Amino acid sequence: MTGTLVDARGLRCPIPVIRLATAAKGLPAGTELTVLSTDPAAKLDVPAWCRMRGHEHVATHEHVAGSGGSDWTGWSVTVRLA
Amino acid sequence: VSHATPGTPDRVHLDNGGRAPWHPLARQAFEQALGDGWADPRRLHAEGRRAARLLDGAREAIAAVLGARTQEVHLTPSHTASLHTAVASAAAGRRRAGTAVVTSAVERSALLQAAAHAAGTTQAASPVPVDPVPVDRLGRVDADAMIAAVQAPGVALAALQHANGEVGTLQPVEAVHDAARASGVPLLVDAGASVGHVAVPAAWDLLAADPADWGGPAGVGVLAVRQRVRTAPVGPEDEDPWAPGGVSVPLAFAAAVALQAVEADRAEQEARRRRLVELLRAEVSRIPDVEVVGDPDGRLPHVATFSFLYVDGEALVTELDRHGFAVGSGSACTSSTLEPSHVLAAMGVLTHGNVRIALDRTTTADEVDRFCAVLPGAVARVREMLGVGGL
Repeated sequence: MTGTLVDARGLRCPIPVIRLATAAKGLPAGTELTVLSTDPAAKLDVPAWCRMRGHEHVATHEHVAGSGGSDWTGWSVTVRLA
Repeated sequence: VSHATPGTPDRVHLDNGGRAPWHPLARQAFEQALGDGWADPRRLHAEGRRAARLLDGAREAIAAVLGARTQEVHLTPSHTASLHTAVASAAAGRRRAGTAVVTSAVERSALLQAAAHAAGTTQAASPVPVDPVPVDRLGRVDADAMIAAVQAPGVALAALQHANGEVGTLQPVEAVHDAARASGVPLLVDAGASVGHVAVPAAWDLLAADPADWGGPAGVGVLAVRQRVRTAPVGPEDEDPWAPGGVSVPLAFAAAVALQAVEADRAEQEARRRRLVELLRAEVSRIPDVEVVGDPDGRLPHVATFSFLYVDGEALVTELDRHGFAVGSGSACTSSTLEPSHVLAAMGVLTHGNVRIALDRTTTADEVDRFCAVLPGAVARVREMLGVGGL
């Protein structure tokens, strides 16, 4: 995980995408942001946001509490700003 | 014909998919059948025989519209029951060939659940669960991938909807049916969102249709099974394995009369609603940050679906309801499971801020105009509540 971290865990759609867009505002092209979310809609809607805004969806990782050292269940989605 | 809720004359109901208001002739037929067909059609006395005649007439009329033989048409308790029984009994009938049920990723949940159930509960030593075949951004299944999946060994049954009721996209049922036939795999076509709205497809081995979607009653379903298809009963022994205990004769009769009635002027209604949906999709696309989803051309004439960025679907449905418009939504926050619609997810389109419209035959151009006038303000107010200006 690189760049700015947006912790939107515990928040429901569309708040994680709004938090991400707010954090992205004014940042230079090429900046990477990672949003953490426990809402299953975010793993679908962050890539859709990238498509609508021309940003790049870099990766999505699933986290499962108790596996791979994770203490929470959800997704981290990384984007690169255009 | 007004279908407004009593006491609220200004209501506009735009959520007619799977539950449309009854066609006036269906009401009439229901009243008549309550008088003539209340008896148990399995009994031998005059009252029973009269009910049986209504039921036979209903099956005959439905068969004529579906392009099936009367004995191929079965009445079931609901569209969900049709899909459950069709998958289970057709898969059981091909137990020796395999247990896999090939589906598209955008089939109805009831069908996907039935497919998983069939693969997991058959007697085979190693049941083969198959991943649903993906769809493109417009919601259309990858026909080549579906054909390849159907041709794989161990497939008991394939299922592909005629059209998707959530986003309106038509599916390549003919190409998939050709391939399935060549492989000896029966194809179940879920036509629950299309029958009564567009021409009934000819390419099927089992076909499920939904009276509640075409202006008939809920509480009865239609399942046609070609005579050449081998099925095996899956429940306890019953005289009617498709509807244990039998169906309600008045409901079945009303469903059949409604189908005849909507078929009579289907072409006009199709053209009229297609124009309204085109207008609606064009108007909606002018609102900032919206994805109008589904195939723009190969689609149902009466369904329109779109998702607004930075909009809470539940808040938008509530805001529109407050202004007198009833709409559906596939957003996670509007579902009891808090999961977004698996159809929108499979398409890879925005799932939040989703609105789903299905126009009824009684929906007027004026009602669509009024909706188009109210929608931009409703979206703006919901966005304002979330403070998303400038994002």
